Amino acid sequence: MPRASDEASTLRVENLDVTYGRAVSALRSVSLDVPPGSVVTLLGANGAGKTTLLRAVSGTLRLHRGAVTAGGIRYGDTALDGQDPVAAVRAGVVQVPEGRRVFAGLTVDENLRSGGLGLGRRTPERIKEGRDRVFALFPRLAERTKQQAGLLSGGEQQMLAMGRALMAAPRLLLLDEPSLGLAPQMVERIADVIREINAQGTSVLLVEQNAGMALALADHAHVLEVGEVRLSGPAGELARTDAVRRLYLGETSETGGTGETGETGETGETGETRGTRGTGAAAPAGTERGVA
Amino acid sequence: MTGLLDTLLAGLALGAVYALVALGFVIIFKASHVMNFAHGSMLLLGGYLTAVLHEHLGFAAALAVGVLATAALAGAVDRVLLQRLPQDPKAAHVATIVTIGIDILLVTDLARRIGGDLLSLGDPWGDKVRTLGPVTVPDSRLAAVAVSALVIGAVFALFRYSRWGLSLRCAAEDTEAAALQGVRLGRTRMLAWCLAGALAALAAVFLAAFPATGLERTTGQIALKAFPAAILGGLASPVGALAGSLVIGLTEAFVITYQSDLHVLGDGLSDVAPYVVMILVLLVRPNGLFGAKGAVRV
Repeated sequence: MPRASDEASTLRVENLDVTYGRAVSALRSVSLDVPPGSVVTLLGANGAGKTTLLRAVSGTLRLHRGAVTAGGIRYGDTALDGQDPVAAVRAGVVQVPEGRRVFAGLTVDENLRSGGLGLGRRTPERIKEGRDRVFALFPRLAERTKQQAGLLSGGEQQMLAMGRALMAAPRLLLLDEPSLGLAPQMVERIADVIREINAQGTSVLLVEQNAGMALALADHAHVLEVGEVRLSGPAGELARTDAVRRLYLGETSETGGTGETGETGETGETGETRGTRGTGAAAPAGTERGVA
Repeated sequence: MTGLLDTLLAGLALGAVYALVALGFVIIFKASHVMNFAHGSMLLLGGYLTAVLHEHLGFAAALAVGVLATAALAGAVDRVLLQRLPQDPKAAHVATIVTIGIDILLVTDLARRIGGDLLSLGDPWGDKVRTLGPVTVPDSRLAAVAVSALVIGAVFALFRYSRWGLSLRCAAEDTEAAALQGVRLGRTRMLAWCLAGALAALAAVFLAAFPATGLERTTGQIALKAFPAAILGGLASPVGALAGSLVIGLTEAFVITYQSDLHVLGDGLSDVAPYVVMILVLLVRPNGLFGAKGAVRV
């Protein structure tokens, strides 16, 4: 629970409505808080609106012809709804996009330099500080600074995408499906790093389909379904509810089958499942919407 | 032998000037996915301003005004007009066609002002030549090579080391990911247009200088030869634009020198040679000399 003194660095999403192209409603009256120092996770099937929520916070809705039509987003004293992405970065809120999205033709070093470009001119000392922190978390990146980012493995690219975001010294990190398409050991590594980043004082809003990993990491969890928050509660409690176990932890008689979602195919590393096979298929048919 | 060296130097100088134009063209394409067909007329504007102002202000100040005004115009065209169009990369054709309209407007007005005149830009090199060993070179050509090399070097350093250059390269690779780092997309793009405009205005000086006879209303069309240079270089590759420009410049110089030997192909071969070279290169390397996409692991 946030104390009054924490108000300055709490992300507060209130009664948020988001619409794409003026017609497709993607989020309806969504409310959630990310108190400082916490890890909050947002679960849900494809098309439930998880990525949309992150876009609304980071200010990239407009790039997808989306807009906040009601409600608001505040980080501390800063209103973030309707702002451009620079405002979020300056407020200390930085998103790691789904599918890594590293700058493939740029070197690892240049990718890291790109992190926090929105902060304006920074002293070389501050940049070095950020880089040292990233290399401490991801020693493997330190060995590959001159390498083209596109030639890194999927796991290394995820590390680079997270490292790039950390270069902006965020107080709140928005992570969109960091486990997507990664081998189980790599998912473990990423989970450890998220714990470490959080222990260093950065709060985390984690969007995941890998509900097992997310619930293990998070203090608090919300379940989105067709654009609305269906369940909320402490992660431990939520993990024990029947609905979550059935829908998101895959603990049903329905295993395998059509378990692969469309997204895994895109990553090119299929076959490395996320330990919760069946997540996508077990979701109610009604959640399949054209909105990501 | 002297003929060969002369031709090489002439080609190099020509290529250096084309490189200024082609580099701007490529920077604009990289930043905004727009082919700027108004590039030639922007060049003409820069040259025209330098020509009419140099008697009052002196060459250097007139050139500075020409360069800044052209940069401002290019930036304004992007910011005020093109950035308002739908920003879907697939809709970049619309912006490209808009630049054709701007080109027609600019060229029509400038042609009206210039008429049939040949305007001197008042450059300090005049028709002076100097003898370097076996060859005699116009000063203006040496200046073209030296200035282009310096300016292009500076542009590459900007690309590599400046925050603007990094922003531009990030945005060119992945607009949304760049936005998430806080890159100001609109400003980065506008500055790219400004820089390209400035480079074009500078190129006008050397296109009008000796051995050319001055700035005329068709000088902008000469700059069209930078288009095949950019395309055969790979369109989105600054290094490619440089290489392509040298290829085109050398080709043109050699064709002019040996035109009489190639008489079977008809007169005016030097005007079409750049396009022939472009087509031949694209037949062998469809992505251009430097257009091949780097390998990407996913």
